[in-house]
Amino acid sequence: MSSAGGSRYDEMLHGDGSVRAAYADFRDWYDGQDIAWLRRQDAEAERFFRRIGITFNVYGDDAGEERLIPFDMIPRIITAREWRKLTRGIEQRVRAINAFLQDLYHRQEIVKAGRLPVNLLRENEAFLTQMIGFTPPGGVYTHIVGIDLVRTGPDEFMVLEDNARTPSGVSYMLENRETMMAMFPELFTRIPVRPVSDYPRRLMRSLQACAPARFDGRGGARPSVAVLTPGIFNSAYFEHAYLADQMGAELVEGSDLRVCNGRVQMRTTEGYKPVDVIYRRVDDNYLDPLSFEPDSVLGVAGIMDVYRAGGVTIANAPGTGIADDKAIYSFMPDIVEFYTGEKPILQNVPTWRCSEADSLAYVLDNLSELVVKEVHGSGGYGMLIGPTSSKKEIAEFALKLRAKPDNYIAQPTLSLSTVPIFTKEGLAPRHVDLRPFVLCSPDGIDITPGGLTRVALKKGSLVVNSSQGGGTKDSWVLDE
Amino acid sequence: MLGRAANGVYWMARYLERAENTARLIDVGFHLALTRGSRARQEEEWRSVLITTGQEAAFLARKQELTGAAVFNFLLRERDNPGSVLSMIENARTNARVVRTSLTNEVWEATNETWMILRELLARPVRETNLREVLSTIRQRATLVRGAMEGSMLRNEVFNFARIGTFIERADNTARILDVKYYVLLPSVAWVGSSLDNVQWDTLLRSVAGNRAYSWLHAGSMDPRGIARFLILDGRFPRSLVFCFEKIRSNMAGLAKQYGAETQAHQLLRDAGTRLHDVNIEQIFEGGLHEFLQDYIGRTYRIGEAIASDYRFIA
Repeated sequence: MSSAGGSRYDEMLHGDGSVRAAYADFRDWYDGQDIAWLRRQDAEAERFFRRIGITFNVYGDDAGEERLIPFDMIPRIITAREWRKLTRGIEQRVRAINAFLQDLYHRQEIVKAGRLPVNLLRENEAFLTQMIGFTPPGGVYTHIVGIDLVRTGPDEFMVLEDNARTPSGVSYMLENRETMMAMFPELFTRIPVRPVSDYPRRLMRSLQACAPARFDGRGGARPSVAVLTPGIFNSAYFEHAYLADQMGAELVEGSDLRVCNGRVQMRTTEGYKPVDVIYRRVDDNYLDPLSFEPDSVLGVAGIMDVYRAGGVTIANAPGTGIADDKAIYSFMPDIVEFYTGEKPILQNVPTWRCSEADSLAYVLDNLSELVVKEVHGSGGYGMLIGPTSSKKEIAEFALKLRAKPDNYIAQPTLSLSTVPIFTKEGLAPRHVDLRPFVLCSPDGIDITPGGLTRVALKKGSLVVNSSQGGGTKDSWVLDE
Repeated sequence: MLGRAANGVYWMARYLERAENTARLIDVGFHLALTRGSRARQEEEWRSVLITTGQEAAFLARKQELTGAAVFNFLLRERDNPGSVLSMIENARTNARVVRTSLTNEVWEATNETWMILRELLARPVRETNLREVLSTIRQRATLVRGAMEGSMLRNEVFNFARIGTFIERADNTARILDVKYYVLLPSVAWVGSSLDNVQWDTLLRSVAGNRAYSWLHAGSMDPRGIARFLILDGRFPRSLVFCFEKIRSNMAGLAKQYGAETQAHQLLRDAGTRLHDVNIEQIFEGGLHEFLQDYIGRTYRIGEAIASDYRFIA
């Protein structure tokens, strides 16, 4: 593993500047295009996104201010061979995560076996005592998972983060492809790219397969599925509406739902109608004011009672956050091995737990070379990227770290792979990551070929988060 | 369909219609200001625009001089004014966002684009030189969204709620315009046959875009009863009270058919229908035009309220 200054892996070009096989056809096409025309298409893409309203809200900005996530039109290309290996690794990891959750909320064998310190559960807000002893319908905890991968070499894909709560971004995966197909249809006749557009249908089918056991489908009825959103001010509202629309599910807010006759019911123009499966995009804490945050108006009073009585499926299950907690992350290789009996196919990024004295000492000595993250933080907030920080910033961060070491983990600054983006001056390499989307149901694990590629648009930057100047790309998995 | 979604679609349509009607009223106010010499008369016309849109008090509270530019900027782009076109278009778009899954892409995109265009257009104060352009853009955009609804939406409950919103708003608007100006149509010894009457009548027709249609139907001859009959009882004119009422009725019938049941709102509608269909213009004047219009506005309001409660717009 190398640091930021070291050699980096470019996914399009070999070290000598020749084009890798995966990008050969694309590059042929690209070199044949008029650059002025490409620039016009680039500007057109932004207008297209604005008009259809693919925007997100940035917290802290003026209320109602909506931003676009910049879209870069150079695709990120993954070969069939690379994808095969990735899917094996992802599937193994997701199976392990579900088994881990089942174990944590029941016998806790992994703790008894001494492979996971019990205080990680006891002191963790993501561990919900309300879930102890309860098995969700179909035994599925994480109906939808996003696994964040980074690449550092030809065969080196590593998991940077698991998203087992409510991973977002899938609408960008879908819209980016739509946009590419609208702008450059001829590319898709020349290059065999595996489709992603059936994701909403697969999601619907997967969620319906997780309906509560009491759902008997009498008379050919299908389980009723609703997407629960916090509302239009949520940063991912566009995605919630987009998915509900594509799935043919109702888009509901907490105020549309109530518990009656042992069911969760939604207020329709014809009265209250039961819902069988709720794909919630509301955090655990806000799900049920009776069980969690009492002031929450985003959730449904009593939904947890209905859930525990088998009257409704909640996807993802409450309490799955414990599995993607950054403090747990460093144990993932052990977790995978413990539940699958196999060596992990996908590696973790080496991680120092600052709660351990030796690690803390090492981290403090090497802050200028490390990335330090808050254990419970997300979205790139509250982190330190050593190599790009000033002495003053590092010194200030060291104070925070010393005051609350348990709150942090540290990782080496990875040299993330690069993929070119389109700039005024032509192609220029930028760092990327990849978030494939995984669906789990009793019918199996389903991974959509591709995912969301996030790209740091600033030269040299390693931060790909959309809230911090990152953009997205269409991600292609080539057909065999 | 969710009650909240029905509420959103209904209000989205109402706000769009109201924004368009406001633009029409401003257009007429402006037209008059160009034809009236005296400052006092101009002020009177702008005041009547404010009264018709129900915004006189809000405007006066700002202690601004009552000039054309002050009034039309207040009605077009004042952010603190919930009744400004800009606020209403924003509301329409927010409602559309809330119910996006109930709308077709075409309707959503037309609405979103309308918001984008008008936000840009109304970012700076409007001057007399570009007022016409602004007003015509507002009318065109509202027409485009209605056209997208017409051309792309399933004829189901969602469409019904949108149409009911449109026509309740339009009925209310026509009735208010008539009510504010009803005295213009009353026989007056001093004014009969004066050219002032003609201008006033023409204005009334213009504010509901009915001047050409009326002239065509009546071969150019203006008389107050004819105008009142046209605006209230002529089922061919798409802004008349009878026309709006018929649209509300047929869309309410659509709801009853889909849901297999009528509601309290259907009953209120039938009562109002009896009153509207069983009168002629002579009877309306006998009973008092103002009283008739007040009654109609009240009934429309109660029908709207009943729909909101019957169809569970809010918890």
